[in-house]
Amino acid sequence: MANLQSNFVGIKSPNPFWLASAPPTDKEYNVVRAFRAGWGGVVWKTLGEDPPVVNVNGPRYGAVYSGDRRLIGFNNIELISDRPLDVNLREIKAVKRDWPDRAVVVSLMVPCEEEAWKRVLPRVEETGADGIELNFGCPHGMSERGMGSAVGQVPEYIEMVTRWCKQHTRMPVIVKLTPNITDIRYPARAAKAGGADAVSMINTINSIVSVDLDQMAPNPTVGGKGTHGGYCGPAVRPIALNMVAEVARDGDMAGLPISGIGGVETWRDAAEFLALGAGNVQVCTAAMVYGFRIIEEMQEGLGRWMDEKGYNSIDDVVGRAVPHVTDWSHLNLNYIAKAVIDQEACIKCGRCYIACEDTSHQAITATKDGARHFEVLSEECVGCNLCVSVCPVENCITMEQLTEGVDPRTKAPISSEHLEWTAHPNNPMRRAAE
Amino acid sequence: MGSTVKLFKTAANGKLAPSDIESNFDDLHPILSSEYAVVEASRCLYCFDAPCLNACPTEINIPKFIKQIYSGDADGAATTILSENILGGTCARACPTEELCEEVCVVTQTEGAPVKIGQLQRFAVEGLIEKGEHPFRRAPETGRRFAVVGAGPAGLAFAHRFTMLGNSVVIFEKREKPGGLNEYGLAEYKMAGDFAQREVAFLLQIGGIEMRYGKALGENIALDQLKTEFDGVFIGVGLGDTRKLPASGVTLPGVEDAVEFIDRLRQAPAKADVSIGANVVVIGGGNTAIDAAIQARCLGAQNVTIAYRRGAASMSATAWEQQLAAANGVNFVHWASPHEFVGKERIEAVVFNRMELVGGALKETGEKMTIPADCVFLAIGQAMSHVGLDGLTLDGGKISVNEQYQTSVDGIYAGGDCTATGVDLTVQAVEDGKQAAICADALLRKRSANVAE
Ligand SMILES: Cc1cc2nc3c(=O)[nH]c(=O)nc-3n(C[C@H](O)[C@H](O)[C@H](O)COP(=O)(O)OP(=O)(O)OC[C@H]3O[C@@H](n4cnc5c(N)ncnc54)[C@H](O)[C@@H]3O)c2cc1C
Ligand SMILES: Cc1cc2nc3c(=O)[nH]c(=O)nc-3n(C[C@H](O)[C@H](O)[C@H](O)COP(=O)(O)O)c2cc1C
Ligand code: SF4
Repeated sequence: MANLQSNFVGIKSPNPFWLASAPPTDKEYNVVRAFRAGWGGVVWKTLGEDPPVVNVNGPRYGAVYSGDRRLIGFNNIELISDRPLDVNLREIKAVKRDWPDRAVVVSLMVPCEEEAWKRVLPRVEETGADGIELNFGCPHGMSERGMGSAVGQVPEYIEMVTRWCKQHTRMPVIVKLTPNITDIRYPARAAKAGGADAVSMINTINSIVSVDLDQMAPNPTVGGKGTHGGYCGPAVRPIALNMVAEVARDGDMAGLPISGIGGVETWRDAAEFLALGAGNVQVCTAAMVYGFRIIEEMQEGLGRWMDEKGYNSIDDVVGRAVPHVTDWSHLNLNYIAKAVIDQEACIKCGRCYIACEDTSHQAITATKDGARHFEVLSEECVGCNLCVSVCPVENCITMEQLTEGVDPRTKAPISSEHLEWTAHPNNPMRRAAE
Repeated sequence: MGSTVKLFKTAANGKLAPSDIESNFDDLHPILSSEYAVVEASRCLYCFDAPCLNACPTEINIPKFIKQIYSGDADGAATTILSENILGGTCARACPTEELCEEVCVVTQTEGAPVKIGQLQRFAVEGLIEKGEHPFRRAPETGRRFAVVGAGPAGLAFAHRFTMLGNSVVIFEKREKPGGLNEYGLAEYKMAGDFAQREVAFLLQIGGIEMRYGKALGENIALDQLKTEFDGVFIGVGLGDTRKLPASGVTLPGVEDAVEFIDRLRQAPAKADVSIGANVVVIGGGNTAIDAAIQARCLGAQNVTIAYRRGAASMSATAWEQQLAAANGVNFVHWASPHEFVGKERIEAVVFNRMELVGGALKETGEKMTIPADCVFLAIGQAMSHVGLDGLTLDGGKISVNEQYQTSVDGIYAGGDCTATGVDLTVQAVEDGKQAAICADALLRKRSANVAE
């Protein structure tokens, strides 16, 4: 099988799957179980200063389900570790001693003062941990106290704190970014400017997961009131993938390593993060929903896929898709595709028809010779992919590229030349052709 | 009715304990849990111009009600169902869905099994009935009143829709309970929990319906009299009779009509008190034969044989019903037509002629076959009783109606099994009653508008 060994900013682990800083990494007991199950590393649940924070004593989680009651989105109003600092540090030291081949990174969140960081860093270093992750992400609770995402939303603070950490420790510094901003590249650039060895993303997204319509309060409801929490799980993956790609292809970042986080549930999700430029992945929700044993399918699946594709190492995969992520303005407007319905595979549910008829381009028939029959009219089809998206049968509707002749819709000849918006005649701002 | 088959406790040798017998008559399918209902509802594709909707004789908006269940609005789902089919509860339990909505569900093509439409319908409707809230209100009173003859599905559906439109109704029913074959004919395990009566009570909450029991057309009431007393009449008397076999010995004790046996069983307060033989022969090839055979097994009969004069492919019983019977140890003998019922004081055996098809015609082979029997049920089909229907034109033995459900006599409407409107199913009877009510109301409104002009 392909070699899954990972080396992320010099931190080695037997595979690229780490558990993200969260309840699964809250204490020695959990972490040891995770390592036994096969996880490559952990980012320990975020440590703060003593006295420890206090969590709510009621529900702290909420969920969004799919129709068959699978959890697709998850949110929480938990704070950072609520256990004393020295208990955590003692356990971290023991774990690292017992599991030297696994990555043990310590997540930190202390007040935005240099002294506070100066105090805590040597104590972490003393445990033998492999590195630190700066939690600039938690969007609830801690942010109200000027920490977490309150720092992560101000690039200047990110740069400042990162610089303090680089000054006061020799451990690698990973900066964990909050997605609760408009452009992820700004905080990422700030981390780099401060000297960060890597960034990790994403932390959770501000969210109200649902409303209890009897109590008329957000869920989870604590004594009749609720607050926004941090959203994670499969539902946030598309947002995380985009943010990873944005940072990976940003010229200013010049190869700054990224640890990809957000909705990783299967080997395929991990492969997608790696392809978009993440050097490894971190997982929280999937472990909380299914337990640590999911690492088996993740490792085996990733290995089998890499073998099939002929990738020998994780580095072979990392960033492979980055060159193919571009801006809209560089897409080829001469590329023409039309939907084609495989009549053998069609079960005649008619969803493509009603979707196209009501909301798109009236390009699908409902009947033919009086019988129920769904077929694409190329003269009307704009190739939008809506029918493919709503069809319940995989591969029943496909988008087929037209390479010659004329486009039956526009009657214009099909050109093999690349024509993007920047050069399109309709673009008033187009660059001069030559 | 879905694909899972209930296995009853059956007596291979010796007798069944009374508690086993009672549990045999429990629900064929337990009602879906709310979690399962939502998961099952999530399978529906919400088809455009949905095939299931078109396959339902009452045209229930199936994709809509399933989406309502999915979104947590089961009462809304029930209202959608009941607005087209006020006996949607019985239909959910007793419809041969495998030949109606579920047969055409496209999900079968990708997942091998259709959406459990019948069970979802039951989940929604019974939830609402349980709450005791009637979802419909009557339109402003019109002052018009109809007589309905027969409190079966057709008569009840007519009465409900007609009163909902602002009219009122008196139902004349021969027997002591309402429901027609819902109460006296459908298999006990389909209607467990006294459902027929609970459903009628729910239906009557609409108001404006008066029930008169022990009133039989042709005995103590007459059409002429109803015509003069009311603004019109709806006839929903069902078939009322069964076909007779001319074979010798058919009157021996122990030979009984299957419909009568089921009626007796349905009305027995303790099923274990209904006696059954060890060797039961059921003659016929339809769902009534299957129902009688399975219920005989449920009572503890050791050998139950369905004898049918043609081949398996010609049986009108649905494939699923046949499967349920076979899984529960009912034997099938095809190509056997009863020749003679033999026995001294009671039935002891049935002698059959073996049959074959010769050039498309059913012929005796000349061979005979004897099956021992201490109990024989005849299920060779119902027949139309014409008592009290003098003056109405018939069509193939049933009451002739036009597209507006009008009989040959002005002001007299008919629907359900006593007319030839479609297949003899509960759901068709409901559709007939509903449509007849809509037509009758529209005509009356038109006439009174003309008078007013
Ligand atoms: C044994 C059996 C099993 C069946 N199983 C199923 C099944 O599983 N699923 C299904 O969909 N269908 C089934 N059917 C068919 C279904 O029951 C009928 O199609 C349906 O009940 C017809 O409704 P109806 O209102 O027309 O007649 P009925 O249900 O027959 O009701 C007629 C009513 O009129 C009353 N009546 C009759 N004569 C008079 C009179 N002279 N005066 C006053 N009142 C009178 C009767 O007492 C009765 O209450 C079954 C039928 C039988 C016989
Ligand atoms: C209950 C809970 C607590 C969390 N606590 C922390 C934390 O203390 N520090 C931190 O950096 N991230 C914390 N996170 C965020 C996760 O580490 C991770 O970034 C996020 O959940 C996205 O990954 P996922 O989709 O795999 O869950 C927490 C998440 C959850 C669900
Ligand atoms: S045919 Fe099946 S999938 Fe389509 S709408 Fe009806 S129940 Fe849903």
